[in-house]
Amino acid sequence: MRHARVAPSAEKSVPMSPFEYGGIVENQKPEKTLAKGNEAIAMAAIDAGCLLYFGYPITPQNDIPEYLSKHLPPLGGEFIQAESEIASINLVLGASATGARAMTSSSSPGISLMQEGISYMAGDELPGLIVNISRSGPGLGGISPSQGDYFQATRGGGHGDYRMIVLAPSTVQEMYDLTFLAFDLADKYRNPAMILGDALIGQIKEPLTRRRPEKIFLPPKDWALTGAEGRKPNRLKSLYLQEGELTEHNWKLYQKYEQMKKEEVRFDSFCVEDAQLVIAAFGSMARVSKSSVELAREEGMKVGLFRPITLFPFPEKALYALSQQVKHFLTVELNTGQMVEDVRLSVDRDAQVYFYGKPPGSLPSPEEVLEEIKKYYH
Amino acid sequence: MELVFKRPECLIDIPFHFCPGCHHGIAHRLVAEAIDYFKIREKTVGVASVGCSVFMYDYFNIDVLEAPHGRASAVASGVKRARKDRIVFTYQGDGDLAAIGIAEVIHTANRGENITIVFANNTVYGMTGGQMAPTTLLGQKTTTSPYGRDFTYDGYPIRMAEMLATLEGSAFVARVAVNNPANLMKAKKTIRKAFQMQIEEMGFSFVEVLLACPTNWGMTALEANRRVEEELIPYFPLGILKERKMADYL
Repeated sequence: MRHARVAPSAEKSVPMSPFEYGGIVENQKPEKTLAKGNEAIAMAAIDAGCLLYFGYPITPQNDIPEYLSKHLPPLGGEFIQAESEIASINLVLGASATGARAMTSSSSPGISLMQEGISYMAGDELPGLIVNISRSGPGLGGISPSQGDYFQATRGGGHGDYRMIVLAPSTVQEMYDLTFLAFDLADKYRNPAMILGDALIGQIKEPLTRRRPEKIFLPPKDWALTGAEGRKPNRLKSLYLQEGELTEHNWKLYQKYEQMKKEEVRFDSFCVEDAQLVIAAFGSMARVSKSSVELAREEGMKVGLFRPITLFPFPEKALYALSQQVKHFLTVELNTGQMVEDVRLSVDRDAQVYFYGKPPGSLPSPEEVLEEIKKYYH
Repeated sequence: MELVFKRPECLIDIPFHFCPGCHHGIAHRLVAEAIDYFKIREKTVGVASVGCSVFMYDYFNIDVLEAPHGRASAVASGVKRARKDRIVFTYQGDGDLAAIGIAEVIHTANRGENITIVFANNTVYGMTGGQMAPTTLLGQKTTTSPYGRDFTYDGYPIRMAEMLATLEGSAFVARVAVNNPANLMKAKKTIRKAFQMQIEEMGFSFVEVLLACPTNWGMTALEANRRVEEELIPYFPLGILKERKMADYL
């Protein structure tokens, strides 16, 4: 077989990058389909104009690279199966530095390997999407669903004082919609964004509408590295050695995170209006908990559900407001207690916060959670 | 009067911070001259690595991206895949490329990424204070091989150029030195050739440049220059190891 690459003649002009950010499906009509959660992310990436994917195989997220390895090349996109997650995130870093939309996806152990690169992206102020279809740990753990990466995702994960935008879908449609949002927020804030799903949301198959969300204003990427044609050179770096420079840089990042807290908080609530006890849960556990709320309601208990969609920024003000009327919260997680800390901090001692957690292995049933509700419902 | 020697357009007019007798400045200049030669300053993106070479963005009058330690070749691949119409190069030291970044450079070469890597090999970790590198010669004393590098403990110095030349994906692999005018002129031509390979979309090009590090070798500039000739070149022979012609494509 001949090598595919052919050198062009010297005169031939090279085409500009096709990867202008902002989407390639301007005229696409909403399209109904049935898809796995992982596939929904891959579809959304393409629809959002991300034609650059770099990743390394790991269960349970392989549907994403498999879908994109098939669909990106015909669109003129680039797909690299890298030698490691370390290379993957650095390929994203490089591609994103040109102003193009780029992404990677992995699962927990792979996301651990990416933390260095994510920290550099936060320091360089580079957008980019990282999808974590998390599995159970620590170590090699297993491939069952887990929410054990909540701390890693919301506390930064890598070294240094930074935050990532973290979105937690709980349906296949949300996998799609939040992927769009993640790209937009990453571009808006020049910050990496993460979709934090798990094996359950990644593998479940549900109806999906491929639809273009409302466009939000995105600042021009005048920082992008495209060759200093007719302008001063751009530099993207995270090393600041001059007196005061790094302090200033860290304050600048802090201001961004504060702005995110003001403007980007998203959550969903269900039956909280008259609730005496509210379950706080995200992602797959919010699905189970919703059924538990319905079961409790059938038995006449006034129970509601509060579901953070943005894990960073965490909906702390909304929870605080809710705690002025509801005095009992039950946090349900697929771990031994992580988000519960944020719930406690948010309600600030104005309400009782209980916890029901399950380490990875098996999902709790709605009835199991209902039993917990009964323990604390007065 | 005719101006016969000037600063490359691609280099900013400020003094290098490098130590007296260090060869980084010379290697920087050769890269800058190659970029000027092909008039590609406004379409080139440089990727800096970690170590003494991180300050590339202070010297090169081009767009520069700083890569995490060892990851420059992966970062450069990302830049190139997003903008195939740009010229992309990395400038990496031996600690960066041959130790922590060896997986990235091997796979970048193996994918045949159409980028250029300038690999600065001075057999030592420069910026962190002269620790042993994968390229440190046997018997060489460093701050972490105080008794001299012993292969029974530390293994052997890695010949990166030879290793990368074995990969089908690499298109141009060479090793040069800048310790005397004759070698310097060859180095200039070779670095230029590496960029030409990228411009012609021939694939991965790699130039290893043997550099002196008088500070961490505990030598004067002249002694360090002599060491390049007497110790480095015999172990790291100079020359073009591989040059793909179009017909070589598999």
